[in-house]
Amino acid sequence: MKRRGYDGVVLCAPISIPYRRYSVDSAHWWIGRALHALTQRTGLRPTDIDGLSVSSFTLAPDTTIGLTQHLGLSPRWLDHVPMGGAGGCVSLRRAARAVQAGDADFVACIGADTNHVDSFRKTLSSFSRFAQDAVYPYGSGGPNASFALITRNYMNRTGATREDFGRICVAQRTNAQRYGGALMQKPLTMDDYLNARPIADPIHLFDCVMPCAGAEAFLICREDDAKSLDLPYVRILSAIERHNAYQDDPIQFRGGWAMDRDDLWAMAGIQPDAVDFLQTYDDYPVIVMMQIEDLGFCAKGEAPAFVRSHTLTTDGDFPHNTSGGQLSVGQAGAAGGHLGLVEAIRQLTDQAGNTAVPNANIGLVSGFGMINYDRGLASSAVLLARA
Amino acid sequence: MTDELIRPRRKDPLRKTREPLLPQGVRSRTAHGLTAAAAEGRFALQVCADCGFTLYPPRDACPRCLSARLPFKDVPPNGTVLAETTIRTSTDVYFRERTPWRIGTVALDCGPFFVTHLHGDVTEGARVKMTLRLDKSGNAVAIAMPDRPTEHQEDDVQLRELTCDPKFRRVLITDGRNATGQAMARAMAAAGASIIFVGVADPWKPFPNETTLRATPNVEIVSLDLTDTQSVADVAGELAHRVDILVNTAEHPRSGGIMHRNGLTIAQQEMDTRYFALLRLAQHFGPTMRARGADGTNAAAAFVNLLSVHALINWPQYGAFSATEAACLSAAQALRAELRGGGIKVLNMFAGPLDTEWFQSVPPPKLSPTALATATVDALRKGIEDSYVGDIAQDIKARLDAQPKALERELGA
Repeated sequence: MKRRGYDGVVLCAPISIPYRRYSVDSAHWWIGRALHALTQRTGLRPTDIDGLSVSSFTLAPDTTIGLTQHLGLSPRWLDHVPMGGAGGCVSLRRAARAVQAGDADFVACIGADTNHVDSFRKTLSSFSRFAQDAVYPYGSGGPNASFALITRNYMNRTGATREDFGRICVAQRTNAQRYGGALMQKPLTMDDYLNARPIADPIHLFDCVMPCAGAEAFLICREDDAKSLDLPYVRILSAIERHNAYQDDPIQFRGGWAMDRDDLWAMAGIQPDAVDFLQTYDDYPVIVMMQIEDLGFCAKGEAPAFVRSHTLTTDGDFPHNTSGGQLSVGQAGAAGGHLGLVEAIRQLTDQAGNTAVPNANIGLVSGFGMINYDRGLASSAVLLARA
Repeated sequence: MTDELIRPRRKDPLRKTREPLLPQGVRSRTAHGLTAAAAEGRFALQVCADCGFTLYPPRDACPRCLSARLPFKDVPPNGTVLAETTIRTSTDVYFRERTPWRIGTVALDCGPFFVTHLHGDVTEGARVKMTLRLDKSGNAVAIAMPDRPTEHQEDDVQLRELTCDPKFRRVLITDGRNATGQAMARAMAAAGASIIFVGVADPWKPFPNETTLRATPNVEIVSLDLTDTQSVADVAGELAHRVDILVNTAEHPRSGGIMHRNGLTIAQQEMDTRYFALLRLAQHFGPTMRARGADGTNAAAAFVNLLSVHALINWPQYGAFSATEAACLSAAQALRAELRGGGIKVLNMFAGPLDTEWFQSVPPPKLSPTALATATVDALRKGIEDSYVGDIAQDIKARLDAQPKALERELGA
């Protein structure tokens, strides 16, 4: 059956709660701040929010249900999306269908995590059963080590160099300086990138994101409700997700986007050249390259040449991760899956300030997450358009 | 090529002894199928009994056909390294002080993809043989070994974290009066142990082959009576901080069952020489060994028990003896848990009847003390936890796995 469109459902109220390297507050606190900002921005009362979708790794022992009482909400539609970097787009897909079907009117989608001094190590050692049984005992390098193997294999197969990855990281740092809310705003040169200390070869310091605390949120509702609340909004052209794609690939060389991208473009009725900016999930630059290829911007294995022949800054010919992405803003746990989406809403509603991409009408946001064993399992993407 | 291990220098008494840390020791229940294989030095993975798919990491349903029948079976260990990395920073305290640490992805010829430790002589693209070993936490990990043995390959730093190689280690053999203790001293000398303390009760009393024992390289005789708590305490006070591998060679096999023995004297002697001696050794040497689990090249590594395979199931012809051995096995399991915090392995060497005077009337095959000593060194080098040495021990183990009730009847026939 053909996928049905998302007509009449829109995104609005992009919220980013300023990140902090470490926080003594709980994930509940960060989610509370995001929801509070959302109600203030929209003029909705907490009782008007009748749908809630939350992504968070540090909410234990609670899940979203516990949050309803914690925050005093009484929603009629509730979702917990433990899918890390794919969570933003996945939340969007589910919530948009709920609103479309009339199961909810206003769904708050929130990605938030705290970062205590020892949170990261605890998250890693108990991240998944396979991580516990078959990854963490092997040097406990965390995602750095997993992505080192993926990056190494990608370099072997495509000829990508460290400098190619560096172009992505350096451009994002330039964007981050324009964004202002990034934890890492110090200028980054290619020399800085190349001379950084090794973390897990070939991964070096500036290939890695900095774990931090923060929250990102947006609201999904019907177009006429957004209009009556006087909220600038964006339309959803198409959306995909896929999990555990290409299980027989010995090392991850492509993601689930490649399985569903034809649907993504066909549903939107456009081609990649219509896209004005791209927000990828960027916990390591290699996965950015895979997204550029697997979403159809170039052929498989040609992303290194693509980044060499394009300028990735907000004023370039291929604006990418316009707020600086996680590589510069920081990785606030599951908020990382919402970062690009929230920035895309800002871009398409003229709220992006210094990072605004001129004449941006269509944006692509993609998500990726959950290194369960040796590869990221979840992939997702949405095409958004200015209303 | 692996750099050959250098004999460690005398320890600087002013330096703090490095505290033993362990890599993460939590595993799912299913993953302990790998621990069971590693404990015996086998390479086994789950193979679906319905569709034949070989899978890893351990699962509770087959990802090919969803069957729940997923027994661990020995599989061919050959594979190819697809990618490698050197971890230079780790969130885990154990690995943090052991970086740089190399891992890689190995595609096994039998199907699965393995994230694995890499031996230093293994590089990207190399053909490898996978092995499962017990790490300091006592759980199975895989290490990709060179396809063909390389020079000094046993000296690799990452491999040595997983083994108890006697090379440059200091060994205490608790009883040198018997043939097994003497064979053990020779085997340890040949394996490169730097000092071999050999306990002898009342050393002024001559014993067979004493001259040969005293002439064995690196052997130092110490007066040690395992049935005397004070004697054990005295030797431990003197030597415990220098014992990296303890091999308890005390033996006291006496024929006869339970019912026809007159009184308890022999049984008490058996328990004193074997079970209580083990407790004395554990109490006086165990704590110091546990504290020295990460003390450099010659860190404490292993506590070795030589057990009769009839610790696993009683052999009525040697019924009381079997019961004593069963008590020792049970104590060894407790000791294994207690020493794990220090990353010290407890090795149980299960043997059938030895070719000694105390099994004179038992027909062959019997195990020579030399074969037992050689197998012990081999188990230490591989970091094996349970070893079944010789034809009888392996026969008993196989029959026990297959049909324990039948074995009970057959041994009592």
